[in-house]
Amino acid sequence: MPRPGFVLDVDRSTPPILFWRGENFSLEKLPAGRSRVIYAPEPLPAIEDVDGAIVHALLHPIDQDPLPALLFPGMKLTIAFDDVSLPLPKMRRPDIRQRIIEAVLDMAAEAGVDDVHIISALALHRRMTEAELRHAVGDRVYDAFAPRGHLYQHDAEDPEALTYLGTTPHGEDVEINKRAAESDLLVYVNINLVAMDGGWKSTATGLSSYKSLRHHHNPETMTHSRSFMDQHRSELHKSNWRMGKVLLDSGVKVFQIETTLNTDTFPSPFNFLSKREWEWSPRDRMTYLGTTKALNRTPHRLARNIFHSIEAPHQMTSVQAGEVEAVHRITTANVYEQQLVEVKGQTDILTMGIPYISPYNVHSILNPILVQVMALGYYFNMYRGAPLVREGGAIIMTHPCRPEFNPVHHPSYIDFFEQVLADTTDPHVMSQKWEKQYAEDEWYKHLYRTSYAYHGVHPFYMWYWGTHAMKHCSRVIVVGGDPKTVRRLGFVPASTMDDALEIASDVVGRAPTITHLHTPPLLVADVSV
Amino acid sequence: MARDDAPWKPSRLAALGRIGDLVENVTRPAMTRVVRRGFPYTAPTVPRGVEVPAEEERLGASYDTEWARRAPARFVRRGLVNGPIRWMVRSVASPSVYGTDRLSDPARRDDPPALIFAPNHHSHLDTALMATAVPEPWRSKLVVAAAADYFFDKRWKATLASLSLNAIPIDREVTGRKSSEMIKALVEDGWSLVIYPEGGRSPDGWGQDFKGGAAYLSSRTGAPVVPVFIDGTGSIFGKGAKRPRAGTTKVVFGRPLTAADGENTRRFSARIEAAVTALGDESLTDYWTARRRAARGESPRLTGPEYTGWRRQWALSERRALGTAGVRRRQKRRWPDLG
Repeated sequence: MPRPGFVLDVDRSTPPILFWRGENFSLEKLPAGRSRVIYAPEPLPAIEDVDGAIVHALLHPIDQDPLPALLFPGMKLTIAFDDVSLPLPKMRRPDIRQRIIEAVLDMAAEAGVDDVHIISALALHRRMTEAELRHAVGDRVYDAFAPRGHLYQHDAEDPEALTYLGTTPHGEDVEINKRAAESDLLVYVNINLVAMDGGWKSTATGLSSYKSLRHHHNPETMTHSRSFMDQHRSELHKSNWRMGKVLLDSGVKVFQIETTLNTDTFPSPFNFLSKREWEWSPRDRMTYLGTTKALNRTPHRLARNIFHSIEAPHQMTSVQAGEVEAVHRITTANVYEQQLVEVKGQTDILTMGIPYISPYNVHSILNPILVQVMALGYYFNMYRGAPLVREGGAIIMTHPCRPEFNPVHHPSYIDFFEQVLADTTDPHVMSQKWEKQYAEDEWYKHLYRTSYAYHGVHPFYMWYWGTHAMKHCSRVIVVGGDPKTVRRLGFVPASTMDDALEIASDVVGRAPTITHLHTPPLLVADVSV
Repeated sequence: MARDDAPWKPSRLAALGRIGDLVENVTRPAMTRVVRRGFPYTAPTVPRGVEVPAEEERLGASYDTEWARRAPARFVRRGLVNGPIRWMVRSVASPSVYGTDRLSDPARRDDPPALIFAPNHHSHLDTALMATAVPEPWRSKLVVAAAADYFFDKRWKATLASLSLNAIPIDREVTGRKSSEMIKALVEDGWSLVIYPEGGRSPDGWGQDFKGGAAYLSSRTGAPVVPVFIDGTGSIFGKGAKRPRAGTTKVVFGRPLTAADGENTRRFSARIEAAVTALGDESLTDYWTARRRAARGESPRLTGPEYTGWRRQWALSERRALGTAGVRRRQKRRWPDLG
C-alpha cells in the first residue's frame, strides 16, 4: 500500500534535504524547529490491463453513448492529442496516447470509418519533431497516417485551417482548428499530469489560435486564478469552460478521453530522487554522490542531454471517456488522490529546487524565463485553498539560471529577455506595451509555422503565469543563479542557502517559518489556514 | 614417389589414405585383443530362442531434451545465440523487428508470464530469427517446437537442435499427449514456446492453413499466444533452396491473445490465423489500412489465391513486390544523363 504524502517537521536530527539545481542537485540543511518539508505521496498502483481498461472506458463512457455508437461509415473523425509538453519526463514506450489512439482506430475500422485525421493539439507551442511524434503516437500510427498527410500538427497561424465559432457572453473570441470543428466527431486524447490539464482546456486551448488564447492568457486572468490546480477558483479554467460552451453550441461533438498517471517519475538508478532522505540506502547515497560529483565535471550540454534522455516509468492509474465536464470531474479527483498532501497553515518562506525540465523545454534548455515560470507559475501554484507562502512572504529557489537559450525552440525568448525584461518586469506593463508587437511579428510566425519554434507571444504568456506569485510575494531569491541574469528577472541572487535566508530576513524577520516543496515527484498542497 | 616431371601431384586423398593405414596399423592389434576377450568388453550374444525386447525409441518425439535446459547447456546456448547465430541472422537476413511494444505490459510485470509465439513459417531461418528477435525476458527462457520427424530423427541433429536453439520434439500433425504434457510442464516452469501453427515450411512461398497446435497448447497451459508475422525468409532460404541468398526480413509481433470463455480450439486457432494475417497485411501496407481490411474481412490471405499453377506464383511475385522484405537486389547502375 503506497504511503500518502507527508509533512516533516525539521528537527536537529533531520538530514540535509535534497534540492534540485537544474541538471544537478544539492543537499541543504534547513533550520530546525521552524522548517518543514512536504513530500509527495508514493505512486499509486497502476492498472495492470491497460488495453482492457481503455476499451472498457470507450465502451462505457460517462454521460455519452459508447464510442462505436458514435462512429458510422462516411463520417469525418478527428483525433486530437496532447503535445510534447506532456507527460514529464516523457514516458517509456508505448506512450498512453498511442494505446488510446490505436484502440479508437480499431473501433473506427470496425465501423467502416475511412476519413480520419490525427492532430497534435499544440496551440502556440513548438511543433513536434518526427521522433517525438513517433514516441507519442507510435510507429504504426505514424507510418499509416503521416505519409498521407493525415497526421499533422495544429497551426494556429494558418487562417485556412481555423474556424471562428463566435464569442462567449464575456466577449471572448472562440476560434479553433477547422478540421476539428467540422468533424462529425472530435476525439480528444489527454494525459492529465496535473489538475490544471484536461477538460475544456484541451480543446479550447490546444486547438485554438492567438485570437482566442489572449482572452485567458493575460495578467488579469492569471492573477485571479488561485490556483491553476483548483479549477473552481481558476479564472483561466472558467474562461476555457465558457469557450467550451460555445463549442458545444456550435455543434462540435467532443468525445473526451482523459488519463491519469502515477508519480513514478524516475527510473531505478535515480530512485533516491523520490525517496525521503532518511530512507536513503547506502546505494542511494553512493548514487547521489557519484552523480553530483560527475555532473559537476560534466559540460552543461552533455548533462542536459543525459537528463532529457530519461524516460519515466509513469504508469496509468485511470482512464475515463465521455462528456468533457463529467469526465474531467473524475479525472481531477483521481489526480488529487495521487498528488494531494494536507498542509496546515502558510509559511513565511517557500523553498523549492528547480529541476532541468518544464513543459516548455522538452529536449531543450530551461532558460531563465522558464525558470521563472517553473517557480512562480507552477510550483507556487501547486496548492489548493491558500498559497503555501503567506502574502508578503519570500520564495527561495535553487537553480544555476544561466543566460542560455535554445535559438531554434525559443527565438522570441531571446529578444524578450534582452528587450522586454530590460524595459520592465511588470506583466501588466509589458502586455500593454510589447505583447502585440511580438505576437504579430512575421518572422516569429514563420519560425512557429515552419521550424520548431514557440510562438512569438509565448514568453509573455510564461511571464504572465507568475503574475499572482510576483504580486503575492515580497521577495524572490535565486540561490546559485547567475547574478546578472537573476537581476534581469527582477529577483535577488544569493550564493548559498544561508545567504538567501539572511537576505529574506529583511521582509520576513529573523526567525521565519520555512516550507520546502520536495518535488518532483509532483504534489499539490491542500493548505488549510 | 611421384616423378618430378609428372604432370600431376599425389592427391590429398592419397595422403589421407596413408594416414588411415597408419591409424589402422596402430589400433588393429588393440581392437583384436578386445574382441578376443569378448563379453563384457563387447556386446553380449543373444541366446537362441530368446527375444530381446525392443529398446525404447530415444529419437523422434521421445528424445529427452532436459539436458539442454540445464545450466551448462544454457550457458553455451547464450553464447551461441548472442554470437554466431545473431551474426549469421544479421548478415543473411538483416531483420527489422516491429511491434515489441505490444508486449510491454507482460514484460513490466514482476513475474512475466510464459508466452506461446506463433509465427508463420517459410524457412529454417525463421527459428534463428525468432531466437534473436523475441524480446527479453522471454528470449532467455525460450524453447522451440521442432518437427520430431525432421530435427530429431538422428542423434546428431537432435543434439544440435537442442543445444543451439533449445528445440523440443513435437509431432507435426497431432500434438500428442506426451508432447503437450511436456510443454505444459515447461510453461509452468516459466519457459516460453515458439511453435509454427502451419506445421512445416511453406512448400511454394504462400502460407498454409494453421493447425490447432498453438491454440490447443494455449488452452492447456493458459499461456497467451503471441501472433507473429515473418516476412522475407522464404525468398532468402525457402524450402528447396540449396543455399541462402542474403536479403532483408521483417518480424512483426502482435498483441497476446487468450481463448475467450467457451471458445473452442478450432475457433481460437482461426483467430490466431486471422491475427497473423492482419499482421502480414500491416507489414505490407500500414496499420490503418490493415485494421480496416481486417474489420471488413478483406485481409489478403496468407495462403494465397485458390487457383493453382503459374497464376499462383505470379500472384506471389506481386505480393512480394509490395513489401520491402526479401532478397537484396543490386541497384541498377545509373548512367549519367547525357541529354
